[in-house]
Amino acid sequence: MRAGALAAFILRRLLVAVPMMACVAIVNFLLIRAAPGDPAQILMGDFPAPPGTLVAIRHAYGLDRPLWVQLATYLAQVAQGDLGYSFANRQPVAQLILERMAATLSLTVTALTLASVLGVLLGILAARRQGRWLDTLVQTVSLAGYSVPEFWLGQMLILVFAVWLGWLPAQGDASVRSLAPPGFLEKLSYLALPALALSVRYLALIARITRSSMIQALSSDFILAARLRGASELRVILRHGLRNAAGPVVSVIGTNAGFVLAGSALIETVFGWPGIGRLLYGAISQRDTPVMLGILLVVSLCVVLANLATDILQQVIDPRISR
Amino acid sequence: MTLLEIDSLSVGLRGTLLVQHVSLRVDRGETVGLVGESGSGKSLTAFAVMGLFPSPDLAIRAGQIRLDGVDLRTMSPRQLRAIRGAQIGMVFQDPSAFLDPLMPVGAQVAEALRIHGRASGAAAEALRLLRLVDLPDPAGIARRFPHMLSGGQRQRVLIAAALAMRPDLLLADEPTTALDATVQAGILDLLGRLQRELGLGVLLISHDLAVVAERCTQVAVMYAGRIVETGPAAALFTAPRHPYTQGLVRSTLATAADAKALFGIPGRVPSPADMPTGCRFQPRCPLAVELCRTAPALTPRGDVRADACWRSHDRIDAWRDAG
Amino acid sequence: MRRFLATRTGPAAAAIVLAALLLAVLAPLLAGDPFDGASDALLPPGSAGHLLGTDDLGRDIWAELAYGARVSLLVGVVTASIGLVIGVAVGAAAGFLGGWVDTVLMRVAEFFQTVPRFMLALIAVALFGPGITRVIVVLAVLAWPQTARVVRGLYAALHHAGYVDAARVGGMPALSVALVEILPNVLASVIVLFSLDVATAILLEAGLGFFGLGDPDRVSWGGMLNEAQQYLRSAWWMAAFPGAAIAAVVLGFNMLGDALNQVLDPRGRGA
Repeated sequence: MRAGALAAFILRRLLVAVPMMACVAIVNFLLIRAAPGDPAQILMGDFPAPPGTLVAIRHAYGLDRPLWVQLATYLAQVAQGDLGYSFANRQPVAQLILERMAATLSLTVTALTLASVLGVLLGILAARRQGRWLDTLVQTVSLAGYSVPEFWLGQMLILVFAVWLGWLPAQGDASVRSLAPPGFLEKLSYLALPALALSVRYLALIARITRSSMIQALSSDFILAARLRGASELRVILRHGLRNAAGPVVSVIGTNAGFVLAGSALIETVFGWPGIGRLLYGAISQRDTPVMLGILLVVSLCVVLANLATDILQQVIDPRISR
Repeated sequence: MTLLEIDSLSVGLRGTLLVQHVSLRVDRGETVGLVGESGSGKSLTAFAVMGLFPSPDLAIRAGQIRLDGVDLRTMSPRQLRAIRGAQIGMVFQDPSAFLDPLMPVGAQVAEALRIHGRASGAAAEALRLLRLVDLPDPAGIARRFPHMLSGGQRQRVLIAAALAMRPDLLLADEPTTALDATVQAGILDLLGRLQRELGLGVLLISHDLAVVAERCTQVAVMYAGRIVETGPAAALFTAPRHPYTQGLVRSTLATAADAKALFGIPGRVPSPADMPTGCRFQPRCPLAVELCRTAPALTPRGDVRADACWRSHDRIDAWRDAG
Repeated sequence: MRRFLATRTGPAAAAIVLAALLLAVLAPLLAGDPFDGASDALLPPGSAGHLLGTDDLGRDIWAELAYGARVSLLVGVVTASIGLVIGVAVGAAAGFLGGWVDTVLMRVAEFFQTVPRFMLALIAVALFGPGITRVIVVLAVLAWPQTARVVRGLYAALHHAGYVDAARVGGMPALSVALVEILPNVLASVIVLFSLDVATAILLEAGLGFFGLGDPDRVSWGGMLNEAQQYLRSAWWMAAFPGAAIAAVVLGFNMLGDALNQVLDPRGRGA
């Protein structure tokens, strides 16, 4: 019965997620039409193209037909995974993005994991020492961490750890140095600084939420009941406190997964990380519109999926929620 | 066969005592009642036996608590944890708040077993315990979460959890106050049966003198942090000597059908910050005289009874002119 | 006011925000022309006449910093203000009217909260062209949903509060009820969000500047960091100072929001 209810819940959430994606596609469509200039020229970018290309584009995208037909055509293309063609890169956009997705995901997943683990840990410590110096320290540092622009933090990390101390590489990923497949440690050495820079903001946010959520959970009567059963502090925190504090924490991690992905655009630019963020930077300087819009679609899809996963996880954690 | 002996216990915040000079005894297999209005210090007395308070600002300030002759106050935190939930179980007023909402109730019943080193077979033992407290379909109930149970069922679950390690002593803090009147008798009957079958010593805390008079052998009455009268339940109920006890008995007996209608002791319980000097009941007492400005000690009257009233030897009904 | 200064973050927040405002307003008095590239390039901090050094074009970093404050604060405050107005209007309409208006408006808000804001802003500015007005418009369009959600919740809750019912029974028109009776109670909560929105807008603007999408006619902190990226190895000061300035101002507005929250909502203490 539980499994059935969960399946129904997932189905209901999917019914919200699909129109959400359609809306992103429509916004994309409107952006091109509303931007100043010839849509065909916008789709082609500043790329110097042979004469006749514009006419071909106009025909291929149906730009000579009524607006609603154009929209329908565009939505149908997107639904099939066709994100257009990049004239600057001479490649379909979907392929371009797919090639760089792994690099971006390895960076964002590492950063988000780091932020979640350390953030939850710091939040618990602060909650346990509420009002003492450790709590004040965690609160102050998290407020500061939440205010630092991640790309500047990246620059400062490069300055200290790569330029001055020379401990870690400043640019690129492990594939740039040699043709031989890089070892785990070498990969890690390239990943360390960008992942750290990207994670600090979210680490701060997660620590703050965990702290307040944990303080609330630990003041509950059932925590007292567990202690009166002889439970150790570790058991009280892990078995009862953390699970009851998890709701808001999971929610904040889930809703920020998308922002981490967006923030990686800046971090990849700072560190020369070969992912979709740097692809976006290049696309913007070349005015390669199909790539920009394709990236927006893909990142939005990731956000919607992350939100979906968060909702499902919430449902599993707390059997009382049923939406 | 003394099981629990509380000797001149004082509990309080820094500077303000909320429980003062309380002495109590619970023998093996005996049910002792502790009666008083809310705020009189009954629950704090129970928490003191556990050596654990709902707020870190509260602490035992003086006195001794002996379990089987061993002073609990000389024990290390680790030794105390080994006793909580193993030799002493506790049941609470609001079963919904004292059950972890995100843990199946079977796991909560088994928790004391796992904590105290009897993890193997804990799940099966939990089912036996759920059957012991007369819950139908123990296997089905064990998998459910607290919000899926009724109030009476939740209280039965909490009783099962408190008895998991077969403790010698059960502290029952207002176990029926939050329940429907129709369920109350069932829970009290259950406690009585378990007490006989398992040879439990029970400290039954209640604001309801009728409940205590019916279920207990010995009764102690508390007012404003002090014990004002003790004695066998029957004698205390039929011939109360302290004006406060007399008022309680009268308000318990007075029903709407009674010609004298509902009776309540006039005035209010003094706040801990503003305690009257001498006898603490003196501002509300119709019999108060100059002498009452000096605190009366709990004084034995005959073999089995004691009270803390300067005028109890006069055997006057303090409330004969009331209502 | 006294309670504000008694909070842990209040005084520091006020000091930072005031200092930034003074720097922006008094920039012409405090510093020279930020576009004057007459000095040697890449002078380190402490050089004669250039306290914070010069950049790759020989411009004074201090002057750029002072004028950059104008852009950051302007974008931050104007964006948050527009976001506030839209948010309150949308939230009030949704909460007060309820029904399908509520459903539609909240779906739109949910959409804008789901879309990765920074990327949408990047792409919109890239397509429509940089310029401070366009940046403000784009950021403001993305800034209102949270305010709208909070205001909607408050309106929905206050709609049937005792004193509001009393006013309605007394014959007050619905619009007056919404504006006179409910709005003042909503503003207290919204002012906290305003402060946090300023911080977010400043961060987003810096990000746009770093992507080279700032206003080409003005000095901005994000733009300074963009240029500094190439000179990280040779001129650390080009990156260090503007970034620290962004961090400080954003911290100031975040702490301001924190302090206001503590003053306006005593229940939120410590949480």
